Amino acid sequence: MSERITLQVARYRPEKESEIQFESYELPCPKEWVVLDGLNHIKDRIDGTLSYRWSCRMGICGSCGMLVNGEPKLTCATFLADYAPGPVRVEPLRNFPVIRDLVVEIGDFMGKLARVKPWIVRDSEKPLSEGEYRQTPEELDNYKQFSMCINCMLCYSACPIYGLDPHFIGPAAIALAQRYNLDSRDQGAAERMQILSEHDGIWGCTFVGECTKVCPKHVDPAGAIQRYKLQAAMEWVKAFVLPRAAQ
Amino acid sequence: MTPSFDVVLVGGGGAGLRAAIAIAEAAPRLRVAVVSKVYPMRSHTVSAEGGAAGVIASDDSIDEHCYDSISGSDWLGDQDAIEAFVKEAPQELLRLEHWGCPWSREADGRIAVRPFGGMKKMRTWFAADKTGFHMLHTLFQTSLKYSTVVRYDEWFVTKLLVDDGVVQGVVALELATGKIEAITARAVILCTGGCGKVFPFTTNAAIKTGDGMALAYRAGAPLKDMEFVQYHPTGLPFTGILITEAARAEGGHLLNKDGYRYLQDYALGKPQPKPVLRTMELGPRDRLSQAFMKEVEKGRTIATPYGQVVHLDLRHLGEKLINTKLPFVRELCTKYQNVDPVKELIPVRPVVHYMMGGVHTDINGATPLPGLYAAGEVACVSINGANRLGSNSLPELLVFGARAGHAAAEYSLTAKDPGAAVLAQFKDEARRLEHDLLQSNGRERIADIRQGMQRTMEESAGIYRSGAELKRGAGALRDLQERARHLLIEDQSRTFNTERVSALELTFMLDVAETIVNSALRREESRGAHQRVDFPARDDQRYLAHSLAERQPDGSCRVGYLPVTITRWPPAERVYGEAPANERAHYAAGRAVPSREGV
Repeated sequence: MSERITLQVARYRPEKESEIQFESYELPCPKEWVVLDGLNHIKDRIDGTLSYRWSCRMGICGSCGMLVNGEPKLTCATFLADYAPGPVRVEPLRNFPVIRDLVVEIGDFMGKLARVKPWIVRDSEKPLSEGEYRQTPEELDNYKQFSMCINCMLCYSACPIYGLDPHFIGPAAIALAQRYNLDSRDQGAAERMQILSEHDGIWGCTFVGECTKVCPKHVDPAGAIQRYKLQAAMEWVKAFVLPRAAQ
Repeated sequence: MTPSFDVVLVGGGGAGLRAAIAIAEAAPRLRVAVVSKVYPMRSHTVSAEGGAAGVIASDDSIDEHCYDSISGSDWLGDQDAIEAFVKEAPQELLRLEHWGCPWSREADGRIAVRPFGGMKKMRTWFAADKTGFHMLHTLFQTSLKYSTVVRYDEWFVTKLLVDDGVVQGVVALELATGKIEAITARAVILCTGGCGKVFPFTTNAAIKTGDGMALAYRAGAPLKDMEFVQYHPTGLPFTGILITEAARAEGGHLLNKDGYRYLQDYALGKPQPKPVLRTMELGPRDRLSQAFMKEVEKGRTIATPYGQVVHLDLRHLGEKLINTKLPFVRELCTKYQNVDPVKELIPVRPVVHYMMGGVHTDINGATPLPGLYAAGEVACVSINGANRLGSNSLPELLVFGARAGHAAAEYSLTAKDPGAAVLAQFKDEARRLEHDLLQSNGRERIADIRQGMQRTMEESAGIYRSGAELKRGAGALRDLQERARHLLIEDQSRTFNTERVSALELTFMLDVAETIVNSALRREESRGAHQRVDFPARDDQRYLAHSLAERQPDGSCRVGYLPVTITRWPPAERVYGEAPANERAHYAAGRAVPSREGV
């Protein structure tokens, strides 16, 4: 049976509106439909001017993060029927500038991602003819969960620190730095440490763990941040108690 | 006029990023731009699940991977290209390992490989069942190292700039601001992927609208083998979400409504207790999708609100194996289908997955238009012929991304600078985008035309085709093209106007759809993924050849042919599920003739 449901969708067209307004659309609500299907129905059949990002519709490209009833969600993985009888409120992700309607500006994250050097750093490279760098399944497990980040920005949207201090490098970028730090093939942890400790933001993280809660891929950015803080504190202590040569 | 860049890449998925890195490493002084309509890590490479083939096991050989790919292609693949591809694939996959790709491993730390459909040996590298995701993120994150690579994220390319037959850049639209720019270059590489969205039911992401194919076609480059559309046998009904072939490689069974492993009725061998390579569920995708259609005809499938389905049974694999080797399959089934494969049967049906055809290129990614290159799914080299084997497309985008990058870089050193003509073209294009599209007074809803096109394609160019249906399809597409000249575009904003982009994508798709239907109509035989009910046999006399669809000055599509390159493996019958003795003869056939390099 197909009920109907009302979607209250945030609209913001900078040429027209000075702030976000809500527009209501009444839609069918088949049990298979996710929130994104509802938005597509609006765009195709009711109002072609609604703008939002989406692509894979299988929770892996990371494009369609929005707030659904105030919570950061991948709209392709959030069933409309779970919100019946509605209404359901759909808004752009919190903590980002809004470009238009449900589309937010993520350039800040893109810059931060590059800053943490999310690539393998090694003193010397062995030629391909010598084959792979051996890595046991246990060594792989050591960093694997941090490599699952799809850059969907839900953690930034949920992070109270990022909301207050946009300089905070943020959960996903730190998790990705740790992804490489913990990879047995990598030797770049020291370089990344310097970048991560440049700003106070990381010490502001109070381990509220909102980032980990909203992550659709079960990455644990809060865990990454805590591990990092511990490591940074150890370095700091070492700098005091050890002679320079032993550091 | 000085070009803004030496090489412009259109598309930032696996092929585009591999090409960008190849250029940045080989020629660090060249200025390279990656222009992509989405942030690169959103590209559709991200959705690839099962794995990437590359000969690495001690019992495997280059010749065997070649033979599997050639027989899989129903002898339409070019054997020189396949051989180059098979030789270079392992080192490309290894390079990705050096860059940090989290490949799944054996207990001793070596790369692990898994079986895959149509492959006689275990040679498919995998990162659990998120191989494309990990490859894409590894490539993207590695690309951030190279400061010479400039990114245009969320810029949509609307046209190639061509002066006197030479490609000299692109016109692109910035989504966020509506700004329109000419990004000129000495060489352009198209890496925009496929066009699954011309069909209604596809594994492809929303962005797979054939942009690069249409850009090339409109600029005068031929599209090759467009009639060969791969249906993946196991997609979830309604969503079309892919359930990877790895699910069958790990031992999953396909069952009809009676719980019977129906593939044994279709010349794919007999059921064995363990998965046998090139047999039953590990047969090639075209054969498995065709077998499904025959089961529908026999009334042995299961009716659902979203069409007929069969069942994929993974229950006997056990929770542990499913969680380690197929975690994404379990996640997708539980999240999107409300079915737990550990305990329940997964409903599946064939779903449009991949285009064997694409922009005609040589073995280095060069198209017949000077200055224009293509790599990845958008291109047709061809290594896939009439049917691609699963796990050949990921290494393909690495091998040919790198080759196209190197070739374009070299070409750019001697190419002439863009002339004044391209400026005039840019102005015309800007006027079209600004005036014709933003101030249109059309009445046709984009979604109506799109759905009409998708319905037409499924009815006329699906798994089984006929001359009559294809003719009807060609006529219907002409009507839709006409209606698409009067699109309703309600959104007149310049800020992140996705409706204008949808209109542009729709016209790209209509052009691509036309080449598919026309190429399918002309090919009066059945080969691989192209099955004509009115011409059920393969016809090597007339059609051991690539089709080339070319746009005529009046806008119509003309189809010509180009011979297939045969080196060591003369055309033979495709045999699956056969007895071992027979098989050895097939593989040996390739070795009996000396290789060309040897001559």
